[in-house]
Amino acid sequence: MGKHSTDQSVIEKASAPGPDDGGGHLLEVRDLFVEFRTGEGVAKVINGVSYHLDAGETLAVLGESGSGKSVTAQAIMGILDSPPGFVTGGQILYKGRDLLTASENERRAVRGKEIAMIFQDALSALNPVFTVGWQISETLRKREGLSKKDALDKAVELMDLVKIPAARERLKAYPHQFSGGMRQRVMIAMSLAQQPKVVIADEPTTALDVTVQAQIMDLLADLRRELNTAMILITHDLGVVADVADRIAVMYAGRIIEHAEVHALYKSPAHPYTLGLLNSIPRLDDKGKTLRTIPGLPPNLTRIPAGCPFNPRCRYVRDVCRTDVPPSVSLGEGRDAACHFAREVLAGTLEPTRKDPEL
Amino acid sequence: MTAPALGEPLLSVSGMVKHFPITRGILFRSRIGEVKAVDGVDFVLHKGETLGIVGESGCGKSTLAKLLMRLEEATAGTAVYDGRDIVAAKGGELRRLRREVQMVMQDPYTSLNPRMTVGDIIAEPLIIHGVGGDRDARVRELLDLVGLNPEHINRYPHQFSGGQRQRVGIARALALNPEIIICDEPVSALDVSIQAQVINLLEKLQAELGLSYIFIAHDLSVVRHICDRVAVMYLGRIVEIGSEDEIYQRATHPYTQALLSAVPVPDPDAREHRNVIRLTGDVPSPANPPSGCRFRTRCWKATDLCAQEDPPLIPREADPHPSACHFAAQAEHIID
Amino acid sequence: MSSDPNALPPNDERAAIAEGEAASTEKRVTAELTEVSGRPRSLASDAFRDLRKNPIAIISAVIIVILVVMAIFPTLFTHKDPTDCALGRSLKPPSSEAWFGYNFQGCDIYARTIHGARASLMVGIGSVIVVAFIAIVLGMLAGYYGGLADAIIARFTDIILGIPLLLGAIVILSGFKNNSNMWLGLLMVIAALGLLGWTSAMRIVRGSVLSARNQDYVQAARMLGATNWRIMTRHIGPNAMAPVIVVLTIALGSFIATEATLSFLGIGLKPPWISWGGDIADATARVRNALGPVLFPSSFLALTVLAFIMLGDAVREAFDPKLR
Repeated sequence: MGKHSTDQSVIEKASAPGPDDGGGHLLEVRDLFVEFRTGEGVAKVINGVSYHLDAGETLAVLGESGSGKSVTAQAIMGILDSPPGFVTGGQILYKGRDLLTASENERRAVRGKEIAMIFQDALSALNPVFTVGWQISETLRKREGLSKKDALDKAVELMDLVKIPAARERLKAYPHQFSGGMRQRVMIAMSLAQQPKVVIADEPTTALDVTVQAQIMDLLADLRRELNTAMILITHDLGVVADVADRIAVMYAGRIIEHAEVHALYKSPAHPYTLGLLNSIPRLDDKGKTLRTIPGLPPNLTRIPAGCPFNPRCRYVRDVCRTDVPPSVSLGEGRDAACHFAREVLAGTLEPTRKDPEL
Repeated sequence: MTAPALGEPLLSVSGMVKHFPITRGILFRSRIGEVKAVDGVDFVLHKGETLGIVGESGCGKSTLAKLLMRLEEATAGTAVYDGRDIVAAKGGELRRLRREVQMVMQDPYTSLNPRMTVGDIIAEPLIIHGVGGDRDARVRELLDLVGLNPEHINRYPHQFSGGQRQRVGIARALALNPEIIICDEPVSALDVSIQAQVINLLEKLQAELGLSYIFIAHDLSVVRHICDRVAVMYLGRIVEIGSEDEIYQRATHPYTQALLSAVPVPDPDAREHRNVIRLTGDVPSPANPPSGCRFRTRCWKATDLCAQEDPPLIPREADPHPSACHFAAQAEHIID
Repeated sequence: MSSDPNALPPNDERAAIAEGEAASTEKRVTAELTEVSGRPRSLASDAFRDLRKNPIAIISAVIIVILVVMAIFPTLFTHKDPTDCALGRSLKPPSSEAWFGYNFQGCDIYARTIHGARASLMVGIGSVIVVAFIAIVLGMLAGYYGGLADAIIARFTDIILGIPLLLGAIVILSGFKNNSNMWLGLLMVIAALGLLGWTSAMRIVRGSVLSARNQDYVQAARMLGATNWRIMTRHIGPNAMAPVIVVLTIALGSFIATEATLSFLGIGLKPPWISWGGDIADATARVRNALGPVLFPSSFLALTVLAFIMLGDAVREAFDPKLR
């Protein structure tokens, strides 16, 4: 967990020579647009999201429900439900190749083998009628062409890797016979079966208790160290992010509103939404009195407000925020924020225009 | 920041037990065991305070709430409010007691009847308990109190967001002017930015109306924020109870220490010097809890004594608040 | 599916209100006050709105409305007397005078088909009322109280379920022969179908009561000290009714079909009732000579049954909670 900016640049350079214009990143999302066409209208779920990931690093994508954090991941994996979901623009480059224009065969070759996903709800992601051993070994048999016995042996190895005790005996167990934490380990084992370069973990510990959550996060950190797997961690939990992420992208209304190295972001946010989030969470290490809240609700994605999508809730709103969509401002050191006044917010010199809401 | 002197005792729970029978067979049911969901819980709730009950899933905290609300019948124990036992009350006495103890449920999406207007939902306690007067005015007043627009009295729950629905649930709990509100994970289903709004509302209402809360949650940060005293539950028992400060700064039970250390702190600088106590294994089944101390199977301090003797929940030398551990001791730097 | 698309608020008007309110910031910024849609909308009214957009629902509803009008005011559709028969006109083909032609007895087929709607609908609606009553009472008791009540009701249901509807109805109707009073005859058919046809509806009531019973809002009502009656009528009933309405709508169609079958076999409705089933039976013997007398009542029968089944399906779709 100790490797930060200095190590990072080394890795970036090492993995630099990509085939075409991948810019050297392992995975890069460029200006992605996704919309959901429903009976209620067209919901603009992703509105120009860009981020990148290098080998061995952890990018946290932070956002509340409806922010589009999971949909981006679904688009990367090619598992977006369509309809209603449609990718309407952008690129998803894996090792320089655009997955969105790739054939279904090519995508299948990437899915699982290069990029794997861990879901929040392990119970529903596992098939209840097959044994755990069968499910872990299935991909190995189908995709790697291993014999049944070899595949099961490999499954035992994987279960050992994710620290499931008495792995061999538990090959024949069914998902419902495992505890929540153990099921999550099974799912991690399945995602690692083909040694992917990128693991996307969508709220991997949200359904788990704190002590089990700590175990799973430890496991993911260990695996990342041992296998040099890059990880996109999708979460709403500011605590989990602070614990494991190298970089963090904060999403709001389908946009990345702030992107920074994790220490820098927690120290001084450059976007009022991030600032509001950090101020609104009760902290274990600090018993304050009244929490400073963000008033209002995230916008309806079928009618995102004009200008900055956060403007109806922002304490620092100015006239320009109601008319112009703020571009992403680069603040140096790989840091940027989509706020007209990012520099002032960062410096803490911006005067609020609204009082804190009463209850 | 600790609470001043404790208020007078309002609710005394003692020896609370709930065992769910495990049966087998369809026609001839035979009892083959029991799940000891709550297995001997004692605590006192004081007037005007917020008592947090924390623990992981399956520790019995939600069952405890159901026992106090008489949704489940206790196997044994008493819960005395104002000289009357909630657990044993019947008929008219139970109805009167229900007016004093209300509950806010966890899931705002399922706890409101989707086919009733919020006005009907909030008025329901008034109708059930035959409260006369202008019910409509009272409902509007309650909506305003919880920060909702009184004009929305005829709206249906699905027209509101999660946080707003939770406010409706709170208004329903307030309708009868109760003394005690049991909050069962009231914010865990809400988004981060909305959680704070609801927490602030609960604090405001407590200050304005002099309410006492039993606040059940698994989120230790939220509990620390809102609670004056905290009880930590494990496998159907309270393992440690004390003021917010005693639990969060001077915990003496290994389980409390492990629980606190596992909470991720939203501060990336803390990750280097944070001292996470890694518990191994899973919580044992409440149908078959370990002998002696229930935590011993996962405890790094466990000895033979722990397997033989059940440690009582009593004040310990390490710190004078009750802790159910033979080897109660403070740990250093769990939280900074 | 992630939670994201589900999180989309259901109404377009909301954002507009939110914007408007945000613009006037001096208004009391009550935390989340801003985002509530314009009008009160119950789930039922939402479902109805969906139904109105569904072409299948509209088509079947139009057919059913026409049938109902036909049953109540048959003379709006034809001035001919369906019992005015003359052998001289036997099996005359369709003409401008008699659109569907004449049957063997020399009766106007069009007039008889129109007048036949009344019997079919009365039997269908009557049996559905009986079924609804039995199914809701037993299903509520079984689902809400569970335990012994549930076990007894379940065994009783199994027994009834063991009797095939058609066979059971034949046994009942041929056991209690009645030729004296036409209304008594109708009641007999309704009773036979109703008393034997409630089992699947009862199971659906029981199932949906069972799932509604464990909902948090029912627990909430119980914590408030609500009586069982209040919980059943205010909380469980309204929430458990949607699938019941669906199954009853579909059952209505199938009861009409069964009545036609019984009348075809000669043990259902008897003259003076005009029944599609009876007319089909009369015409079947001479189907090689004349198709019309079989075809027209059969088509009306099929269309009626189909309309109810389609409407049931459309209602199911509109009420499906997964789409909300």
